[in-house]
Amino acid sequence: MEQAISDPLIDATGAGRLGGRAIAGKGHAGWTRASHWIVAVSVVTLAFTGFVILMAHPRLYWGAVGNDLTPALIELPISRNYRHGGWVPDPPFSAQAGSPASAIRTYDILNYNGWGRSLHFLAAWFLVVTGAVYLVAGIVTGHFRRHLVPRAGELKPRLIREDLVGHLHLRIQPARGGPPYGLLQKAAYCGVVFVALPMMILTGLAMAPAITAGYPWLASMFGGSQSARTIHFCFFALLVLFIVVHVLMVVLSGFRAQMRAMIFGK
Amino acid sequence: MKKETLITTRRAVLSGLASCGGLLAGGCSKTLPPTYGNVLRMGDLLTYKAHRLLLPVHSLAKEYEHGDISSIPAIGNTNPADPRQPTFNADRGAIYQRVRDSGFADWRLSIEGRVARPGAYSLAELKRFPSRTQITKHTCEEGWSAIAEWTGVPLRRVLEAAGMLPSARFVQFYAFDDSAEGLDMLDALHPQTILAYGMNGRDLPISHGAPVRLRVERQLGYKSVKFLRRIVVTDEFDDLGKIGSLQNGWAWYVGI
Repeated sequence: MEQAISDPLIDATGAGRLGGRAIAGKGHAGWTRASHWIVAVSVVTLAFTGFVILMAHPRLYWGAVGNDLTPALIELPISRNYRHGGWVPDPPFSAQAGSPASAIRTYDILNYNGWGRSLHFLAAWFLVVTGAVYLVAGIVTGHFRRHLVPRAGELKPRLIREDLVGHLHLRIQPARGGPPYGLLQKAAYCGVVFVALPMMILTGLAMAPAITAGYPWLASMFGGSQSARTIHFCFFALLVLFIVVHVLMVVLSGFRAQMRAMIFGK
Repeated sequence: MKKETLITTRRAVLSGLASCGGLLAGGCSKTLPPTYGNVLRMGDLLTYKAHRLLLPVHSLAKEYEHGDISSIPAIGNTNPADPRQPTFNADRGAIYQRVRDSGFADWRLSIEGRVARPGAYSLAELKRFPSRTQITKHTCEEGWSAIAEWTGVPLRRVLEAAGMLPSARFVQFYAFDDSAEGLDMLDALHPQTILAYGMNGRDLPISHGAPVRLRVERQLGYKSVKFLRRIVVTDEFDDLGKIGSLQNGWAWYVGI
């Protein structure tokens, strides 16, 4: 892994020559390092507890409501609760065929939501507070403008194609320990910071009965609380994909150099 | 310049954390749910306080149209007289069997604690109060939800009739099985918090909590206690011991 730092393109100060012009590695500011690790721990905790919560009811729906007696959009085979039986029909509410019904569940489901959900929300508090500080700092310090948002000149089809082909051939640039970032790298970070994590928080709030009582548009903008739950799951899957690729890129570009940069700065 | 920004941010984070600490220290008094030194309960308490601080107090949960009523599973204890059910209690299970055999004519709902006129209400007496019918969404903590029509008497009417004392801060609800839940006054006096005896235009079925269940529309389903037998008004927070949600590892406030 030391090769990454003694790469002929990069000198000991992190300055180097890439793509034919000199690029100085800027390192990570203290506040980006702190927020990176708080958010990292929060997101991993949220992903794990979110999965635990999903195991209790591994069915996803579209609309305002959905349950075992209504059709599912997606059924996930992720716990013994998947397509479990043990339903005894209740006397019907109405004699009309096809009218809403009730059934008694006799099956003992797997459910760790007591600690699962409380830990989920504890981690969510860390994410929301850190995320809010990060967003303000990112704007005030110019971090977003200078390092994250792609410049107009970068968005040329040729450059996008080159970066894409390079990544697909696993030609990963050696560790620079911080900005400047590549084009796809910027797109991935912007997607997580400005789209995926805000969507996770909004769809999470849209599932809460007290919050949607106060702000019903939160649920209706997603087509109902169960739709919000489904979207919440989809962004969870995208974020897990991001984490896998992110860690892979860290490893391929020089794990020790990148970790050192994200922990100590340079 | 950059250094200064960093210090300011750090100071802001520190003062933010300090104020969070002040918020959580309140957990020691008996006007808030206890944390037992458990970090998960501290997070729950922070969420509760944030909801009470930030959310509009008088907002109503969305009410739906008749055509929106959906199928609804009956889970948890679906018959307190059945020894095979979770949270079964032998003594009260036998009482439940007896009042059920009477068509709930012998059922009484006891109102006790910090009220001027404690007493017991029959089903017929509860039905003499002005009723409220609401078509609302039941959100189960498991992840599913359902829409049903509920008819009952607003809890506020009953508490006022019993002469709730001005010092009262919490209301505890005890069921025929070994389960109980508590509400603060904000949720207890909320217009959609009702003692429901009707569901989808019929008597409340056994599996859904006959003869009377609580409906708390701004919290998760497990706060809507089924098979009610006793309501206790208190000045202080009561964790309800072994039959309460807190000591079983579940959050007390679940407006989520």
